Amino acid sequence: MVAAAIRVEATTAPTAGSALHVQDVSHQFKLHGEPLAVLERVNLQVAAGEFVAVLGPSGCGKSTLLRLVAGLEPPSAGRLFIDGELIAGPHPSRVVVFQDPTLYPWRTVWRNVALGPEAQGNLQAKRGRVAEALKLVGLTGFENAYPHQLSGGMAQRVALARALVNDPQLLILDEPLGKLDSLTRIAMQSELVSLWQNAGFTVLLVTHDVEEALFLAQRVIVFSDRPARLKTEIVNALPYPRHRGDPRLAELRHAVLAQLGLDATW
Amino acid sequence: MSTVANEVPVTSRAKIGASQGFARPSITIVVASAAWLAVAAVVRFWPDTPDSDWAHTGDLAIILAAFGGALAVAGLLSSAFVPVMQRVRRIAPWLIVLAVFIGVWEIVTAKLALLPLPFFPPPQAVLEVFIDDWSKLGASTLASLRLLAGGYLIGAAIGFTAGVVIGWSPAFGYWIHPILRFIGPLPATAWLPLAFFIFPSSLSASTFLIALATGFPVTVLTWSGVASVSTAYYDVARTLGASKAFLVFKVAIPAAMPHVFVGLFMGLGNSFAVLVVAEMLGVKSGLGWYLQWAQGWAAYANMYAALLVMALACSGLITLLFRFRDHLLAWQRGLVRW
Repeated sequence: MVAAAIRVEATTAPTAGSALHVQDVSHQFKLHGEPLAVLERVNLQVAAGEFVAVLGPSGCGKSTLLRLVAGLEPPSAGRLFIDGELIAGPHPSRVVVFQDPTLYPWRTVWRNVALGPEAQGNLQAKRGRVAEALKLVGLTGFENAYPHQLSGGMAQRVALARALVNDPQLLILDEPLGKLDSLTRIAMQSELVSLWQNAGFTVLLVTHDVEEALFLAQRVIVFSDRPARLKTEIVNALPYPRHRGDPRLAELRHAVLAQLGLDATW
Repeated sequence: MSTVANEVPVTSRAKIGASQGFARPSITIVVASAAWLAVAAVVRFWPDTPDSDWAHTGDLAIILAAFGGALAVAGLLSSAFVPVMQRVRRIAPWLIVLAVFIGVWEIVTAKLALLPLPFFPPPQAVLEVFIDDWSKLGASTLASLRLLAGGYLIGAAIGFTAGVVIGWSPAFGYWIHPILRFIGPLPATAWLPLAFFIFPSSLSASTFLIALATGFPVTVLTWSGVASVSTAYYDVARTLGASKAFLVFKVAIPAAMPHVFVGLFMGLGNSFAVLVVAEMLGVKSGLGWYLQWAQGWAAYANMYAALLVMALACSGLITLLFRFRDHLLAWQRGLVRW
């Protein structure tokens, strides 16, 4: 059933995505009363339907940027726009998949996936979408399981289905595969690509895995150490489906690692 | 019984018994049955001390023998009903201990009079209470349950609401928290003289005290449950378009339920204590009052009977609470079974 999702051919993607514009955004936290700058004058444009990965050392503020894009927090300075409109708060068209699945343990898989429609008050109309989303992530038959009965990969798939059910225009992925074993991870990377190609939404992915960023994204933004500044960006024009062994990917990887000062071993 | 069946392990033997309609009777059940029958024989054939006039010695023997007989039937015939048999077999060691206890109790009281009367009546005297005084005992039990239910439900509802409000809203927390800290730790019984003076009836006063005793732990545990809900849960719901009400009712409260049940459990224990004290000191009905009354008449057999009923009722209520929790929190792993 997972294989079926991967096999879907890369047709021309319908443009259901949103364009994101991050304008001069800085952000800081209060840590023990001291301000701690995590983002510094970040500028970023993501076109509708684009797949962009943000890469940086861990703890550099990548996830903070996602929280700002999701509207979970307002930035300390600067503005964020979605399709030209100022982001003022969370909206189900911009859904986040977090590093931890954060499923509600008291809800079954089905009711976890149905969370968005239920919160928006249109569950009755969207019951079919819940089943579709579960099918898309290969979890048909697990509707009545509780989260503690699932493996890490299955739980993350449920989290993905919970996001997809809302027909997002911008899918925000915060290292969603970071805690999975490498086999599950490889499988889910391919699934993400085919989901993106079919649905046509914009994807903003945060990761600290160079290969993952290059394998998935059309453009890789490299962040500096905290406070995160935009260091460079690498365009990856390779067509999909991509092959992990592609020598051109290896070249790009070398370029990215050089940017991070880690190219000595490559 | 075939030798083959004897070599099969216990569990599979029970299964074979279920499918073929026979199995070797459980030894522990047989021993338990024999123990009850033996105690029945002791009660029946060993004469009571000459100067005693226990009216129900024969009845006690009949009840003990009937129970022993039922056990024998369970042991011999219930192999067709494997679940029943397994259940009986599980409690059989306890049934043996219980039989020994009743036997020793009978011997040191009714048969040898080693323990002083009226403080230590024999089992048949307690049985006599159940036979002769069941209506008063039953009415007292009902009165206690009614009073407890009223106070407990009010206290639990207010405590739960207060806990959610404090856990959710810092503004409410600012006003409720100091009151809770100041008044909460005070034992509810300390309010007793004041409550009986302020409230129009002893019933409403006791209801208030029971609600108070229940409310404190429920409030604190609900509060800590709501406060300890992971912010990631809220983030998820917020990005999915959840309203504030959704965050409270569909995220905070379900996530806090395991804590809430700890509070409900503690509150129930507290409420029992307050109930009995309130009934002993003010309310003119209920099991607490019955205990007090029995002590006044030196009717110690009645006291033991009331204590027995009380233990059964309290334990039953706790069981009920745990069943309710198991039903509601079926999603939780590693629940403590009661």
